[in-house]
Amino acid sequence: MDEGLKSELQKAGIFTTTLNDLYNWGRGNSLWPLQFGLACCAIEMIATSMSRYDLARFGAEVFRPSPRQADLMIVSGTVTKKMAPQVVRLFKQMPSPKYVIAMGACAISGGPFKQGYNVLKGIDRYIPVDVHLPGGPPRPEAVLQSLNYLQEKIRTQDIKSDPAFIEGRRQYPVPEFTGTDLEPPYNPDVWQPPANPNAPAEEEATA
Amino acid sequence: MSEAIPHDPVLQQFPEVEWEEEFGTLIVPTTKATEVAIWLRDDHAFRLDYCSNVTGIDYLNREFKEKVKNEEGKTETIIHKDPARMEVVYHLYSMEKRTGPLVMKQRTTREKPEAQSLTPVWRSCELQEREIYDLFGINFTGHPDQRRILMWDEFEGHPMRKDYVEPFDYEWEPTPHDEILEKHQKGKVIF
Ligand code: SF4
Repeated sequence: MDEGLKSELQKAGIFTTTLNDLYNWGRGNSLWPLQFGLACCAIEMIATSMSRYDLARFGAEVFRPSPRQADLMIVSGTVTKKMAPQVVRLFKQMPSPKYVIAMGACAISGGPFKQGYNVLKGIDRYIPVDVHLPGGPPRPEAVLQSLNYLQEKIRTQDIKSDPAFIEGRRQYPVPEFTGTDLEPPYNPDVWQPPANPNAPAEEEATA
Repeated sequence: MSEAIPHDPVLQQFPEVEWEEEFGTLIVPTTKATEVAIWLRDDHAFRLDYCSNVTGIDYLNREFKEKVKNEEGKTETIIHKDPARMEVVYHLYSMEKRTGPLVMKQRTTREKPEAQSLTPVWRSCELQEREIYDLFGINFTGHPDQRRILMWDEFEGHPMRKDYVEPFDYEWEPTPHDEILEKHQKGKVIF
């Protein structure tokens, strides 16, 4: 619908909308996060949800203890290799459309523990992350802002064509343990290693 | 807590036990550990009924030189030898007498690290001994449930050992630094 006509009508006391907008407005303002925390960042997430920072103002205060009732996963903290399969499994159990906020340096890339033998180098290797929230740990204000970004994203989604709604068809294999790492090391559907600009030059040098 | 616990009675009771002055610890032979532990727990003078901390240490074989002045004023070089070994350290307290800590060590070899589990004596050792088994690879005989606790069951190696070799998983990144930068310069990165 034409935006000009829409505001004209609104001045005349007639409110028009589309099913798409109404639906997105509704679900954007009632995200139900999954209640789980992995490390120190979880403390900030908890602080955000409590009275001082009051996540409830943005409609995301109903932390659910079951993935079946949640549509937002806040990966708050260090994802160890031992925990990663469980995080993926929880994500798979959430109904679509579902969203992920990777909170803190650890969840994004492994952070200070990146080259450790037991820490995953970023949860975005296995599940699609909507908002990367940097910080170590991020302030509660930053958590609120990341939620606002996510709501903006939800508002622009088209319920008929957006991949979030056909997400169910995507595959998220749960990684398996091996002697030193997880197998597969990443899910090629959601993450690809960044292109290494030095790689071809080295091949020539060795050849 | 309060003043140091006198260790002499232990040495009198068990001649095999040694006292390590440097760190202020009892060195208990691994074959005698349970016996000494039960005695320390039940003896009326000690009553060490609480084991607050169990940890492991790994020493590689090493030699180091120290320069000291002797009586004539000349500098002398002393070679210290530190043999390879592994140790399990127990910090013991008495809740009843409000004393502690008394530190007790079991010393074992690096090649075949084995110690007696003191979980049957102090229940609080159970998880910590599992952790030591997981990270140092020390076997605890008599442990009721010895499994890995932090790493997954399929994991190979014991990462807190000094000679542990980490898996090679350095990746290319746009802004490398320190160790990762070094690996980049040598061109040693996976994808
Ligand atoms: S980013 Fe910092 S605060 Fe957050 S989990 Fe990692 S170490 Fe903890």
